[in-house]
Amino acid sequence: MLSIKNLHASVDGTEILKGLNLEVNAGEVHAIMGPNGSGKSTLASVLAGKEDYEVLGEITLNGKDISDLAPEERAAEGVFLAFQYPVEIPGVSNVNFLKTAVNDIRAFKGLPPMLAKDFLKLLKEKRALVELDKKLTNRSVNEGFSGGEKKRNEIFQMAMLKPKLAILDETDSGLDIDALRIVANGVNKLKSADNATIVITHYQRLLDYIIPDFVHVLYDGKIIKSGTKELALELEEKGYDWLIKPEMAQ
Amino acid sequence: MGKYTEEQLEKELETQEYKYGFVTDIETEKAPIGLSEDIIRLISAKKNEPNWLLEYRLKAYKAWLTMEEPEWAHVNYPKVDFQDIYYYAAPKPKKQLDSLDEVDSELLEMYEKLGISIDEQKKLSNVAVDIVMDSVSVKTTFQDTLAKLGIIFGSFSDAVQNHPELVKKYMGTIVPYTDNYYAALNAAVFTDGSFCYIPKGVRCPMELSTYFRINEAQTGQFERTLVVADQGSYVSYLEGCTAPMRDENQLHAAVVELVALDDAEIKYSTVQNWYPGDKEGKGGIYNFVTKRGLCEKNAKISWTQVETGSSVTWKYPSCILKGDNSVGEFYSVAVTNNLQQADTGTKMLHLGKNTKSTIISKGVSAGNSQNSYRGLVKINKNAINARNFSQCDSLLMGNKCGAHTFPYIEVDNKSAKVEHEATTSKIGEDQIFYCNQRGIDTESAIKLIVNGYAKDVLNQLPMEFAVEAQKLLAISLEGSVG
Ligand SMILES: Nc1ncnc2c1ncn2[C@@H]1O[C@H](COP(=O)(O)OP(=O)(O)OP(=O)(O)O)[C@@H](O)[C@H]1O
Ligand SMILES: [Mg+2]
Repeated sequence: MLSIKNLHASVDGTEILKGLNLEVNAGEVHAIMGPNGSGKSTLASVLAGKEDYEVLGEITLNGKDISDLAPEERAAEGVFLAFQYPVEIPGVSNVNFLKTAVNDIRAFKGLPPMLAKDFLKLLKEKRALVELDKKLTNRSVNEGFSGGEKKRNEIFQMAMLKPKLAILDETDSGLDIDALRIVANGVNKLKSADNATIVITHYQRLLDYIIPDFVHVLYDGKIIKSGTKELALELEEKGYDWLIKPEMAQ
Repeated sequence: MGKYTEEQLEKELETQEYKYGFVTDIETEKAPIGLSEDIIRLISAKKNEPNWLLEYRLKAYKAWLTMEEPEWAHVNYPKVDFQDIYYYAAPKPKKQLDSLDEVDSELLEMYEKLGISIDEQKKLSNVAVDIVMDSVSVKTTFQDTLAKLGIIFGSFSDAVQNHPELVKKYMGTIVPYTDNYYAALNAAVFTDGSFCYIPKGVRCPMELSTYFRINEAQTGQFERTLVVADQGSYVSYLEGCTAPMRDENQLHAAVVELVALDDAEIKYSTVQNWYPGDKEGKGGIYNFVTKRGLCEKNAKISWTQVETGSSVTWKYPSCILKGDNSVGEFYSVAVTNNLQQADTGTKMLHLGKNTKSTIISKGVSAGNSQNSYRGLVKINKNAINARNFSQCDSLLMGNKCGAHTFPYIEVDNKSAKVEHEATTSKIGEDQIFYCNQRGIDTESAIKLIVNGYAKDVLNQLPMEFAVEAQKLLAISLEGSVG
């Protein structure tokens, strides 16, 4: 589904991603872990097409090279990013925002706008999935939302847009224990044989709920270790030092 | 008898010829260029005005001569040469076109984006319209409905002829010609405008907008509008048009006077989309407008404006809250892009007891433009329990534009409560990227964000107009990000 080859990304001459490779197949969940500042959010932004970076390397989605596509085109191709820090858009209701998003993506695919009644049905269904308060869907996008509410809203949007590739950037941080379970549940329910999920997290706990097929460690712009879910447990126990400075760990 | 020299003869002929030439000019529709007492007499004569109106014009002219053109810190433009303007030209019918193919393609593109129907596009660009949408019959239907209720609505000139007592009673009472430079000029040389009178207790059953739009093509350079809502009446009046307006006249100096008698309510909405000039700001229209309303007891005046056009806008719709319990509101969105400059705001003068005013001003600046809010809230010493709430927000797009806020507050009564809030924000690249990531392209993203920001003002507009105004905001900002 997603294939990243030798990906480099820099900002103002500072290289952040330094030759990153990753293969994600349909139906899989990959977890990416790594110390602060290692480049996890940068990877997410680059995949989503944020224009601040100078990018080299290859990114293909379902065999299609997406590296030259604008962010909205990538979104239409099925890339979704649940932001680490969702922004607020005052005065624009969540409903209006999502209606615009859903219909713009449909327009991109040559489909007519969704009928209002179908949209409403979808909205209710997905709202229930992440147990989002109705009041929040009527409020302005993320405006005045608590940290946890913002994260839950990201997953709600993801449910509405049914992406092929979902990237969740620290969606677990700021969630209380119940919310974590609800959000993880939502993600699991949205999982299918033809979509894939990349979960960026610092905590093994999330991975108890969303079981990853693979775990990768990103350090200094590169994936320095890949493994299965056991790797996450090991990281929880030992931290990153043994990977970064193997000689010290011995 | 003195010598009758050749020189004298020459001189006499010259002046006579001038005089005759003048007369001939009257017949050929256009008065000579420049401004003088004679020109004013000519305008008045041409319009067959009663003597009191001519006197009024002349007094205004004399006052104007003694006044100085205002200078504002945040508006810069080459000064207008007032002797280089034609003050009177008989309304010559616009050239009728046979099909939309003959219309400026840029204009059509804009109509398209605004979602204006083909029939209406034709009307707006003066293309002969099919019988289906005969504008004359539409107009007559409206006129019939209004006439049955005793509502007078028509051109200012017609009102001067048919209802001189009403015009005489109210004209210049709200905006006297001594008020300011442009108001004086307008009073001296105005050629037409609109007049509206709603009788006691009558609720005007329609937005006075659709009708106006049909008439839109004929707005003048020095327009004058007078709206009188008699006791307990209500009217919602809509001025302007979202469609782009071009005009050969660079200077526009209109005067709008509103009178809301006891228990009356006037809602006055404006969409101003005069040609803003090209990217270098050349050829745009200077829009210097004086708008003011008077509220008697329990009356309410609500100004709503969406300002996107003109190269220079100078405009402060105001309310004199004279009657006890009267209410004044001002809702404004002013968008400036490229080299546009806007200096706009409001004045709320609280004279009566328990008077209330609300000011919501939303500036959006992009490109190299300058956008200023200038507002005065004045609470007089007898205005017990007066209340004001002001919110002045500025939204910046890019780093080259400017937003300025000049709130003046004068309170002479201790029981007054005046609240002022102001914010300045930027459309963040983060916000745009967030929208992009959800599949919304940058142009729609800006539309969403700006409309969200201006929501409190757009909500005040009549429904069908709000939709167009939303599109207009987006179009005005096209190409300003990214
Ligand atoms: N626009 C930018 N300009 C300059 N430096 C940047 C920019 N974006 C990211 N960086 C730097 O790149 C590095 C990687 O940042 P990134 O946000 O990807 O880290 P992260 O792995 O997501 O960290 P965290 O776990 O704290 O979220 C950091 O050192 C950061 O300061
Ligand atoms: Mg991060």
